Amino acid sequence: MLQSPLRTPLIEGSKTYRSITSDILNPMMNKAGKFWYMGMTIAGLAMLFGVFMIVWTVWQGIGTWGENRTVGWAFEITTFVWWIGIGHAGTFISAILLLFRQKWRNSINRSAEAMTIFAVICAALFPLIHLGRPLLTFFIFPYPNTRGLWVNFNSPLVWDVFAISTYFTISLVFWYVGLIPDIGTLRDKISKGLKKTIYNFLSFGWKGSARDWHRHEITSVMLAAIATPLVLSVHSIVSMDFASSIVPGWHTTIFPPYFVAGAIFSGFAMVQTLLIITRKAMGLEDFITESHVENMNKILIATGSIVALAYMTEMFMAWYSGVEYEHYAFMNRATGPYWWAYMIMICCNVVSSQLLWIKKLRKSLLFTFILSIVINIGMWFERFVIIVTSLHRDYLTSSWTMYKPTIVEFGLLIGTLGIFFTAFLLFIRIFPVISIFEVKSILKTGDEHIHKTDVSHEK
Amino acid sequence: MRSRSYISIYFDDEVPLLEAVRILLDKKETISDVLSPFPVHGLDEALSMKRSRIPVGGFIFGALGAILAFGFQAWVFTVSYPLIIGGKPFFSVPTFIPITFEVTVLFAGLSMVAAFLIRSKLKPDIRFKPFDESITDDRFVILIDASDDRTAFDRVKSLLTGIHTLEIRH
Repeated sequence: MLQSPLRTPLIEGSKTYRSITSDILNPMMNKAGKFWYMGMTIAGLAMLFGVFMIVWTVWQGIGTWGENRTVGWAFEITTFVWWIGIGHAGTFISAILLLFRQKWRNSINRSAEAMTIFAVICAALFPLIHLGRPLLTFFIFPYPNTRGLWVNFNSPLVWDVFAISTYFTISLVFWYVGLIPDIGTLRDKISKGLKKTIYNFLSFGWKGSARDWHRHEITSVMLAAIATPLVLSVHSIVSMDFASSIVPGWHTTIFPPYFVAGAIFSGFAMVQTLLIITRKAMGLEDFITESHVENMNKILIATGSIVALAYMTEMFMAWYSGVEYEHYAFMNRATGPYWWAYMIMICCNVVSSQLLWIKKLRKSLLFTFILSIVINIGMWFERFVIIVTSLHRDYLTSSWTMYKPTIVEFGLLIGTLGIFFTAFLLFIRIFPVISIFEVKSILKTGDEHIHKTDVSHEK
Repeated sequence: MRSRSYISIYFDDEVPLLEAVRILLDKKETISDVLSPFPVHGLDEALSMKRSRIPVGGFIFGALGAILAFGFQAWVFTVSYPLIIGGKPFFSVPTFIPITFEVTVLFAGLSMVAAFLIRSKLKPDIRFKPFDESITDDRFVILIDASDDRTAFDRVKSLLTGIHTLEIRH
């Protein structure tokens, strides 16, 4: 009940419960602005381009890509890992920060979780089309068949199938459980019509009863508790796709923690990109404040530094191992034909994120916005560097070759960006972007006196 | 809800609500339900609600998932279709761990959500009518069953004279 007067409030402006409801719901219930239609058009066109390229790939075969016999994984797996990584921040925010009782997360968890779901959908597309024959995807699930065959449970690729489908399912139900009370609010704010019927259907008959709230809270905390190891496991398993092979540059034990840190790093960068636009476009400045952005920037420094440490450790271990193939793989990575990709990776991930130590930059929205895009470019290149530079020159010098992506592959990346942004833009029009009931629970107008002293201490 | 008659006491904040709940329970009134726009802290204890057993269910189903996943992989690789892969043993426990873990989480998570929905009787229903449309916005309501008790209304009203209530309805 008490709020320490030394802390600044988590949301700004003098709000009441009612004004929280209307501030969050009005921008989504009013007619969409020009900005939204513009975004939707661009995202929709990108999506159409991507769908065309997917159809082209499936129709013609993956020979339309730049992959060759030496570099069998390149652009698509890079993009797959990139999207999975982006999908990590949502569950990190909603689960790990919930367990650590970081209440500032209450304004950002909803949109971050939605982002997770869309990112995982985009990611899951890539292994599917990479199969060449997506209609046979069911082969990767262990199902009883006439040949009596099962999938290879020793293979990290099969673990991946389980990890990603579990991650998607749990994220989706976690998100929806959190949405139910807010859909109830929406249902009660809309007076009549088809919209009301739909939201009534989706609200599952939410009453707001004390017993339901009790179960709701317990379910959310328990889901957070199991989603926490889950989020760490997913990218660990993705990293084992590489680490359990014998390719120099992939075959390292550092991969699981290194990938998880990188995933949270790029995920938070994407959350920053989206939220800085969303708060402006929907007028949610009081809820997603500068201190939210600053807090997330602190996580960016932490994870960015872990990533930097991992780059150095990799280099050191390659030298220290005394294996000449390892030596070569890492020398080739930094100074070989793909040196420019390595430089982009170092500049965008290591150098740029260290700038956040400066308080002024950490608090600047414009800087954060630009940085978040830079980081995501860097993180895409990190995966590209790991995958392509390791493969293109491995043990057999006679097989050495170069990889060059084709327009089809760029189309797939642009297409998934289109799918992601289309889905996000639809989401902000359909469901409340901020968890209304969770924001109300941290408002604490109950103690007027303390709330007022709090505000006076703020400046 | 309509067939029985309830006294509903409206509040605009959680503090008077909690005080009212304590007073009413002290005087041995039976509270049927408390409705609020967000979880009110301290209400669980005030209503002396039993802790939900949803986590227990989650544990049981999680354990079931673990046994199923591990057992299935072990059965496939030792009984159904033993296959030599990279010279590794058929019964290679470490490689079964990731899938066992994932299936455990999946079972535990889905079972807890299912338990939550079933126990709270939440299901898609287009004919659902909320008790009051302002509860999901900013109203807190205590419901007292007064179907068989004609004197309850006046009694409750006099009990809550010192509390900041918005309205007491029958």
